Amino acid sequence: MFFTKDHEWIKVDGDVATVGISAYAAEQLGDVVFVEVPDLGKVLTVGDSLAVVESVKAASDVYAPVSGEVIEANGDLAAAPETVNADPEGAGWFAKLKIADPGQIAGLMDRAAYDAFLASL
Amino acid sequence: MSMNAVGRPTRPVPGLTLAGTIPATLGGGRGLLQDEGLIFEREGWDSSGVDLPEPSRDAADLGDMVRKAPMRLPGLSEPEAMRHYVRLSQKNHAIDLALYPLGSCTMKHNPRLNEKMARLPGFADVHPLQPQSTVQGALGLMDQLAHWLMTLTGMSAVAMSPKAGAHGELCGLLAIRAAHEARGDARKRVLVPTSAHGTNPATAAFVGYEVEEIAQTADGRVDIADLAAKLGPDVAAIMVTNPNTCGLFERDVIEIAELVHAAGAYFYCDGANFNAIVGRVRPGDLGVDAMHINLHKTFSTPHGGGGPGSGPVVLSAALAPFAPTPFVVKRGEVYELVEYREGEAAQAFGRLCAFHGQMGMYVRALSYMLSHGADGLKQVAEDAVLNANYIKARLSGVMSAAFEGPCMHEALFDDHWLEGTGITTLDFAKAMIDEGFHPMTMYFPLVVHGAMLIEPTETESKAELDRFCDVLLLLAQAAKAGDAERFKGAPFHAPLRRLDETLAARKPRLRWRPELSVGVAAE
Repeated sequence: MFFTKDHEWIKVDGDVATVGISAYAAEQLGDVVFVEVPDLGKVLTVGDSLAVVESVKAASDVYAPVSGEVIEANGDLAAAPETVNADPEGAGWFAKLKIADPGQIAGLMDRAAYDAFLASL
Repeated sequence: MSMNAVGRPTRPVPGLTLAGTIPATLGGGRGLLQDEGLIFEREGWDSSGVDLPEPSRDAADLGDMVRKAPMRLPGLSEPEAMRHYVRLSQKNHAIDLALYPLGSCTMKHNPRLNEKMARLPGFADVHPLQPQSTVQGALGLMDQLAHWLMTLTGMSAVAMSPKAGAHGELCGLLAIRAAHEARGDARKRVLVPTSAHGTNPATAAFVGYEVEEIAQTADGRVDIADLAAKLGPDVAAIMVTNPNTCGLFERDVIEIAELVHAAGAYFYCDGANFNAIVGRVRPGDLGVDAMHINLHKTFSTPHGGGGPGSGPVVLSAALAPFAPTPFVVKRGEVYELVEYREGEAAQAFGRLCAFHGQMGMYVRALSYMLSHGADGLKQVAEDAVLNANYIKARLSGVMSAAFEGPCMHEALFDDHWLEGTGITTLDFAKAMIDEGFHPMTMYFPLVVHGAMLIEPTETESKAELDRFCDVLLLLAQAAKAGDAERFKGAPFHAPLRRLDETLAARKPRLRWRPELSVGVAAE
């Protein structure tokens, strides 16, 4: 699992990347009340808005950690946005991307680097 | 026992203070305040406060159109209707009750003189379709208010009709888009700092632009280097609030304007915080191209329930040709409404609203301006800034200020000082309700963790500011002393206890239905 400075995570399986937000991000957002996941087939460039997550405090964009095409979206979040709080790095995933450029993964942080980044905040 | 002539005790019974053992009431009311449900939950659906005449035609004439079930509209007599709404209002907070420290909202006193002026029949009873010859006074007032707004902001034109701040933003960005398109230079992006009001990116997106965030410096201002890097030939505008939502003056504002103009973009200023600089700074001198003015903030017209909002937009010479219609011009001694424009602006913009704007708010705002005068408005800004700095100075010893140095019209604290107490900004705000004070703005701006944004405005006296600070300091000391229960369970004394915001947002109940009302309404 790899992380971005904007607190997205990515899990890579072959050429498919599952994307979500980190446990830290979920805790900072507070209770998530609404999630908007991307449409299938949408082609995203790294840094594009992939999803919108809204908590009682604020609405935030979730950015694509790598470029790719949306091949699956977690439709369950519409009816159960609380999953993002309950299991942010598991069942609370947002979308799966077909990775366009595997080289982009090298620019992301691993768990240890992300933990060090959080400690520096 | 001391008794008067009719046997009435005139003193409390000694020893009967019941401290700590206050019994729940039997019927749900509390201290002359009655428990009030929804208007639909009242008994007597079929009653009416109005005697309607019997229909002159037989219901049979309606054929299939005859209503088969009752309309289920609540029927109330005049006193019942009056009491229902007054009881509800007693559960509300209002600027007429106490200090209302919502940051970025400028909850100042609404002078009663404004109300008196707005009720003059020549202003209150006019109709927008009346012949212009019969409303010369009203048009003259609009012209005079427009003149004040342009003078105070140093701008060339003003669109009076927008109905609120965000509507003004829409007006300003539509004018900017029209100006770009008139040059054949349609652009794609709008830059917005991370500390912006949420309406700024929302407006830009609504107008069809992509929104890009500009980073903030460690001292809470726009990061010029990041701005310069993100500017380009496809940037239509920047939207900056000044003073910004951290309560800080953007000291590089002129450089920001120069960079933006050099890139061929326009400078939209969110005028929400104009109260901090009115009479002292003219946004036109800073290079601003468009700015909305919330009359309900800086110019003391009521927020919300007092009537419709009003958010005129002042425009620079570059954008003036793209102002929407209608607007007032004076030809000789006669005021006229220009309803249609010639040339490129005719296609570019047109009208923003059906009519001319919010007359009642215009009267109140001009009344405020004339009663203060130019020197008085300058003092408004000075006192608003002084009051905020007084609060910041008094609370900074215990609470942690988000940024060092003096602030403008609002004092911003973070939740750093609550670390280790288990108490959050939300808990602290709820405890303020128990103490009789409406909470400050919480968790905004988003760039400050657990933000508490306090804007006292100029209309609070030193005595009131002290009362407010005294209570906040007592609460802060209680928080630090580990009295978490006082905060986690608050509010204890409000008509309803802490509400479940998450449940309300996840499963909103947007429509009243009779089957849901039993036992639920008062929760």
